Amino acid sequence: MLDIRGLTASIGDKPILKGIDLTVPAGEVHAIMGPNGSGKSTLGYVLSGREDYTVTGGSAMFNDADILAMAPEQRAAAGLFLAFQAPIELPGVNNANFLRTALNAIRRAHGEPELDAVQFLKLARAETKRLAMPDDMLKRNVNVGFSGGEKKRNEVLQMAILRPKLAILDETDSGLDIDALKIVADGVNALRGPDFSALVITHHQRLLDHLVPNRVHVLAHGRIVRTGGPELAKELEKSGYAGLIAEAA
Amino acid sequence: MSTGATGFLQRYEDAVGRLPGDSALRAAAAAAFREAGLPGGTQGRRIEAWKYTSLRPVAEANFQVSPRHEAETLLSGLTLLDAPRVVFVDGVLRGDLSVLPAVSIARFADQPDFGTLTWPDREPMVALNTMLATDGVALNVPAGVDGGIVQLVSLSGGQGDFHPRHGIRLGKGASLTVVEVAAGQGAYLLNTVAEIHVAEGAHLTHIRLQDEATTAFHVSTTYADVQAGGTYDSFTLNLGGRLSRTEVHTQLSGPNATAHLNAAQILAGSQHADFTTVVSHAAPSCSSRQTVKNVLGGRSRGVFQGKIAVARHAQKTDGYQMNQALLLSPDAEVDSKPELEIFADDVKCSHGATVGELDAEQMFYLRSRGIPDAEAKSILVRAFLAEALDAVANETIRGLLETAVEQWWERQKA
Amino acid sequence: MAAVTETLDTVQSVTQSGYKWGFETAIEMDFAPKGLNEDIIRLISARKEEPEWMLDWRLKSYAAWLTMEEPRWARVDHPPIGYQDLHYYAAPKKKAGPKSLDEVDPELLKMYEKLGIPLKERAILAGVDPDTVENTQIAVDAVFDSVSVATTFQATLRKAGVIFCPISEAVREHPELVKQYLGTVVPTADNFFAALNSAVFTDGSFVYIPKGVRCPMELSTYFRINARNTGQFERTLIIAAEGAHVSYLEGCTAPQRDENQLHAAVVELVALDDATIKYSTVQNWYPGDANGKGGIYNFVTKRGACRGARSKISWTQVETGSAITWKYPSCVLLGEDSVGEFYSVAVTNNHQQADTGTKMIHVGKGSRSTIVSKGISAGHSNNTYRGLVRMLPGAANARNHTQCDSLLIGDQSGAHTVPYIESRNLTAKVEHEATTSKIADDQLFYCRQRGLSEEDAVGLIVNGFCKDVLKELPMEFAVEAQKLLAVSLEGSVG
Repeated sequence: MLDIRGLTASIGDKPILKGIDLTVPAGEVHAIMGPNGSGKSTLGYVLSGREDYTVTGGSAMFNDADILAMAPEQRAAAGLFLAFQAPIELPGVNNANFLRTALNAIRRAHGEPELDAVQFLKLARAETKRLAMPDDMLKRNVNVGFSGGEKKRNEVLQMAILRPKLAILDETDSGLDIDALKIVADGVNALRGPDFSALVITHHQRLLDHLVPNRVHVLAHGRIVRTGGPELAKELEKSGYAGLIAEAA
Repeated sequence: MSTGATGFLQRYEDAVGRLPGDSALRAAAAAAFREAGLPGGTQGRRIEAWKYTSLRPVAEANFQVSPRHEAETLLSGLTLLDAPRVVFVDGVLRGDLSVLPAVSIARFADQPDFGTLTWPDREPMVALNTMLATDGVALNVPAGVDGGIVQLVSLSGGQGDFHPRHGIRLGKGASLTVVEVAAGQGAYLLNTVAEIHVAEGAHLTHIRLQDEATTAFHVSTTYADVQAGGTYDSFTLNLGGRLSRTEVHTQLSGPNATAHLNAAQILAGSQHADFTTVVSHAAPSCSSRQTVKNVLGGRSRGVFQGKIAVARHAQKTDGYQMNQALLLSPDAEVDSKPELEIFADDVKCSHGATVGELDAEQMFYLRSRGIPDAEAKSILVRAFLAEALDAVANETIRGLLETAVEQWWERQKA
Repeated sequence: MAAVTETLDTVQSVTQSGYKWGFETAIEMDFAPKGLNEDIIRLISARKEEPEWMLDWRLKSYAAWLTMEEPRWARVDHPPIGYQDLHYYAAPKKKAGPKSLDEVDPELLKMYEKLGIPLKERAILAGVDPDTVENTQIAVDAVFDSVSVATTFQATLRKAGVIFCPISEAVREHPELVKQYLGTVVPTADNFFAALNSAVFTDGSFVYIPKGVRCPMELSTYFRINARNTGQFERTLIIAAEGAHVSYLEGCTAPQRDENQLHAAVVELVALDDATIKYSTVQNWYPGDANGKGGIYNFVTKRGACRGARSKISWTQVETGSAITWKYPSCVLLGEDSVGEFYSVAVTNNHQQADTGTKMIHVGKGSRSTIVSKGISAGHSNNTYRGLVRMLPGAANARNHTQCDSLLIGDQSGAHTVPYIESRNLTAKVEHEATTSKIADDQLFYCRQRGLSEEDAVGLIVNGFCKDVLKELPMEFAVEAQKLLAVSLEGSVG
């Protein structure tokens, strides 16, 4: 599904990613852990095509297509979804309208018929209900006046509706209480299947209790310094990153 | 017989040749003044910059050399800081009344310097000053030096017209606090022009306390240029004058320069006070902050005009302006024109304005606790003003201003 | 919601050339000679078969205009206008009234089609078979250059007691009403352009809603400048008597031409006790090309008088066209508890200049006003909000709230805000807020990450920015307005 080789990237003159090799097979959930400033969020942004970041080397293939050459919306149409760490506010743009526009843009790219307002609302209402979100979430402006938890749940709602092939969750668990955390995990688990993969960026073991990963990677100083099974996350929770990073250096 | 524009021009013609400094500059200023006249002084001619303030009363006044007054008595009646002071009496520097500061000072009368920032061609009152200025002070703080506090005290009397010309220059990384105090007795005109240069990383705090006689005219025009990383932090308190106009032009010329143009005007009777500012963001990443409050009683009129101008290349500008007016009387009037002129796209600029009376619920709350009406009012007005005065960081200076406000309050009761 | 999707579709379907309404219709025209003098005014008056008093009124206005100067305070810049180089009267040549669509000048029909007026209404506009068409909700008056060519639904409206007709007809048929109200809101010598209009106005709409009547349908006027070297000077007068209610829409387009054309309209509204007038404009005059060549000079005076207690006048405008827009739809709030509203979206792109806003003059006790202005500047354009809020001594407990937001797209445009706030009543409250911002990069990226193209994302964000205004528009116009916003901003990103 996702095949990253020797990926390097920088902001301005400052290198952030210093050679990432990572393969996420279809149907798997991988966790990326690591201390602050290790490049975790950068990886998410680079894969989704944020312009502030310059790719300086390496490759990233997504279902055999070179995603690094695509515009952000083409990557989205190809099935890549980034759940933002700090979701963006769009004043005056209502959530339902935003989502329908996005969904139809993606459907158009796939040559599928667009959904009309009624069809869309039916779909969206079903998802909000499933995610235990109030109906008015759809009526409100995108992320405007949302609490931190609501913003994160809104990202999960978008993911559920847009049905990506690869979801990158950038610290979607931060600032959530245990109930919200479960909702997020359930949202991802519901999508799990042979055609869905996820890259879960997190600081904590907590989320991984509910969203059990196939593999765990530790990112430090722009490189993956260790890879293991779900037990690696538990080990990190106990002993921290320090030893690992020192070991790698 | 009123003096009027003609009288001022005649005064200039009579004195030409005896006036210090660049005579060509004075002649050009006189030509500009002849063309423009006093704003509002000529029927039917309107200048947008003077939309809400007409100098017709100035045009109609008869200014003449006044009998000597007791400057010492006036001075002793003032509350001042225990700090160096440069005292002007009727526009003339009086060494005998001054306590000279450590920083280098020069008299305009001895070393006339008109500077480079002013616009006599665009500003009639600056033209008038340029035409007739005879004295003033130039303060120079060398790079890296903290010049402490310097008070510029102006005492005026009688029916004279005075046109002092000041210059303040701070070298790189220098700092200085200037406290201007203007007071007097009579129906005079004080028309000051000041030019300020703040070099890289320098910091000027500029406090203005205008407590002129309520029969007097006060016009003050300041031009400040702030280089990279420099700060021009100004606060104006207008309490006095029959008619006053305080105009400040600040240009932020280097990146990360900062300007604060805060003010409060408290007026009663038939006073008219106009606070007009322009902040020009001419370099990227500069910030400007402005809080202006008007408290208007009697038949007074308060004017605020504030423009934030952002040049095309001044990206990352952060400009904020708030002006609030409190009307205390059914006959008071406020006119406010906050203005944004933006040519750069990556900026954060906003302004807000509110006009109204004291909050009825707050009044009721205070009175329900047993506080009489008048006292409740005064508590809320003070609270309103306190927010503005909070911008003055130096506690001693803030105390000086608070005292002036208290005295003003006492005078109203009397 | 559907409308936004439509906006996006429109953006995708429209080419870079932009202006869709730039066609010229080849219709035989009747012109007055170029230039302006008393004889031209007499000629206009004669063509309109006006009574003597109307001619006198025009001549007096002309005399006033001669003594006046073009206003210079607005932030707009243009070469001198050659007032003597214009035709002040141009009309399609008169033929006998058509019996069926076949007899109507096909060019005229084609024009209506291009303007997007529905087929049934096109027939009605062409003068065929009035009042037999069902399922249409809007009565339309079409003003083509100097004359009103047709007004629909006259009979239905007449039944309700509503008068909706060309103003030239009202001068003849309802002189008492016209005499009573014309020039009472915008005096003939109010300003340079109003005086010019008063002297030479050729047509426009007249609306009278009698006491207690709720107008049974939306009233609408399409203004179209077609002929070359003509000025358009329409005059609209709307009176809502006690308790009456009317919603009026106007749309404007013009051909694409290299030279600038002058449009100087005057609109007067009068609302008596408990009356409501809602006036919506979608202004899409030709804005000139990408290099600033051509386009309409739009110098318009619009003012409403809330004369009655609890009367209400609400202006909504979406201004996307014109090379220069100089326009301040205002409310004089005389009545106790009267209400004035101004909702505005002004978009400028390429080399357009807009200086637009409102005046809210509070005279009556308890009068309230709301101003919401959204300015969007792109390309090399300049967009100025200029607004006055004045609380007079009698305006006890009056209220104003103003929200004024500017959005800059690209770093070559200008966004300016010039509010004037004047209060002479201590119990009156004024609140004003203004902000300037750009479309944030992270907003764009967020939308694109969800699959939207950059242009779609801009359209979506801009529509969101304008939402508070667009929701005030009647449904039919809201859709059109959203499309226009997107089209107007084409080529402004990327």
